[in-house]
Amino acid sequence: MTVAADPGADPGVDTKSELSGRGSVGDVVFRGIAVTAATLILVALAAVFIFLGIEGIPGFSVDAQHYTGRGSFLGLVVPLLFATMYAAVLALIVAVPFSVAIALFISHYAPRRIATPVAYVIDLLAAVPSVVFGLWGAVVLGPYLVPAHTWLSENLAWLPFFDGQPSGNGRTLFTAAIVLAVMVLPIITSICREVFAQTPRLHEEAALALGATRWEMIRYAVFPYARSGMVSAVMLGLGRALGETMAIAMIVSPKVIISLFIIGTNNPQTIAAYIAQGYKESTPDRLSVLIATGLVLFAFTFLVNALARWIVARGRAK
Amino acid sequence: MSIQVKDTSIFYGDFKAVEDVTMSVKPKSVTAFIGPSGCGKSTFLRTLNRMHEVIPGAYVEGKITIAGQDIYGPNVDPVAVRRKVGMVFQRPNPFPTMSIYDNVLAGNKLNAKRMKKSEADTIVESALRGANLWNEVKDRLGKPGMGLSGGQQQRLCIARAIAVQPEVLLMDEPCSALDPISTAAIEDLIHELKSDYTIVIVTHNMQQAARVSDDTGFFNLKAAGQPGHLVEFNPTKQMFTNPDNPDTEAYISGRFG
Repeated sequence: MTVAADPGADPGVDTKSELSGRGSVGDVVFRGIAVTAATLILVALAAVFIFLGIEGIPGFSVDAQHYTGRGSFLGLVVPLLFATMYAAVLALIVAVPFSVAIALFISHYAPRRIATPVAYVIDLLAAVPSVVFGLWGAVVLGPYLVPAHTWLSENLAWLPFFDGQPSGNGRTLFTAAIVLAVMVLPIITSICREVFAQTPRLHEEAALALGATRWEMIRYAVFPYARSGMVSAVMLGLGRALGETMAIAMIVSPKVIISLFIIGTNNPQTIAAYIAQGYKESTPDRLSVLIATGLVLFAFTFLVNALARWIVARGRAK
Repeated sequence: MSIQVKDTSIFYGDFKAVEDVTMSVKPKSVTAFIGPSGCGKSTFLRTLNRMHEVIPGAYVEGKITIAGQDIYGPNVDPVAVRRKVGMVFQRPNPFPTMSIYDNVLAGNKLNAKRMKKSEADTIVESALRGANLWNEVKDRLGKPGMGLSGGQQQRLCIARAIAVQPEVLLMDEPCSALDPISTAAIEDLIHELKSDYTIVIVTHNMQQAARVSDDTGFFNLKAAGQPGHLVEFNPTKQMFTNPDNPDTEAYISGRFG
């Protein structure tokens, strides 16, 4: 070992100048933790994907009896995928207007002393376990909505959604979509609220100084600024709605069908609920079918998220 | 349109920001407000179109009339006041997602009237000509307003403000973010606009006040933590040669502030 390479050598000939990085213990440890965490999450994601692939691919082609009477994997997964998307979109149709309105109320209408508690309560909604939402939907909201079901089938039967015999207990996709909407509402609201609140004051004042009312100011300054943020909020909500299991599994009595009708006793079955209700009484073949549907759901949510990011990125580039 | 201000004080909650301003702004003239930072001149300017109300808890005591109308009267809608009293800000703020054309028309569209295309074209052209911007942008009206240079953006904002034909135009340090050439362009523009509008401008630049204005108001703080007040309000010529108040002279000659 030469003298120059020894860190403890005479300071006069120190090869480590004062400007070189000192690499303190804290830095090294923190860097280690950060890198490990980042790597682990990627490994976990890859592991899930590999698991789904290995266990699920056989499920694409097992004996026809395992496909819940649908004959083939495609015959099973297409209705499931349809129902998954359908339930999620219905939930968003209910949730998005409410979320945007609540977020605007918090960011631009309510005085601070009201806005803060409202924001807090909305965030709390996200902490309610989905089982509780499912239970509430099945036991409380469903029966409560029975008159609404009847009314819809009597008055709006010309729409395919309401054309048929209404359910007598309210445990329908209609109820489930409302429960799902409540569940995705907090995430959409809180992201929208954040972006709305970041609207540059300068843009808001530009509108106000022209004689805009508050709503006009929001249309001129807040929405254009927040557009890409709102898209990502909705997409995140969609992601949550797609994967949500319990609310659907507990509320509806499902069937693997493609149907737009949402207030009857037979409701389209979503993938997540299908897996939750099927995996207990499973033979290995049946299990691999379930996992294969899970793989499809995984790929599908992945696609939705990628699409969302692409939309957001495109909005920003403009 | 003349502006009469009488015994006006401005508060933010409990804090009194500006105290007891009385002045009379002549119609179709340029009035400049000068003074050190934090003396309340911008705050005061904003009370002339009730823009200070954007800040929760802000309110005004006293009386301000524009063309004889009390703008703080019980039935007066601040939105209506702002349609009569246009404003240009310190930093250019065209709407980022709108084209040049739409930016100019933004205020007119707020009035929710359906406009014919030819009518809209006329408004855009005359407003842009009024803001000395027409020749520079007439070939790219559909391009985003943010693509212009800072000085052009500021003139676009002026075009947007005058497109609704306000009675008064307020300018809050309109050149402080601009280079000298753009500043000169805006100052020339102020000279031209004076024949149609009553202009009130806040500026940190005393030479600018001397160049563009007919009357000047000097705002100052009595002491740190005290509210700002109007020290002197006189014709600009007199302010810069023979002011009434020794504080004004000290400020103008650069001895403080």
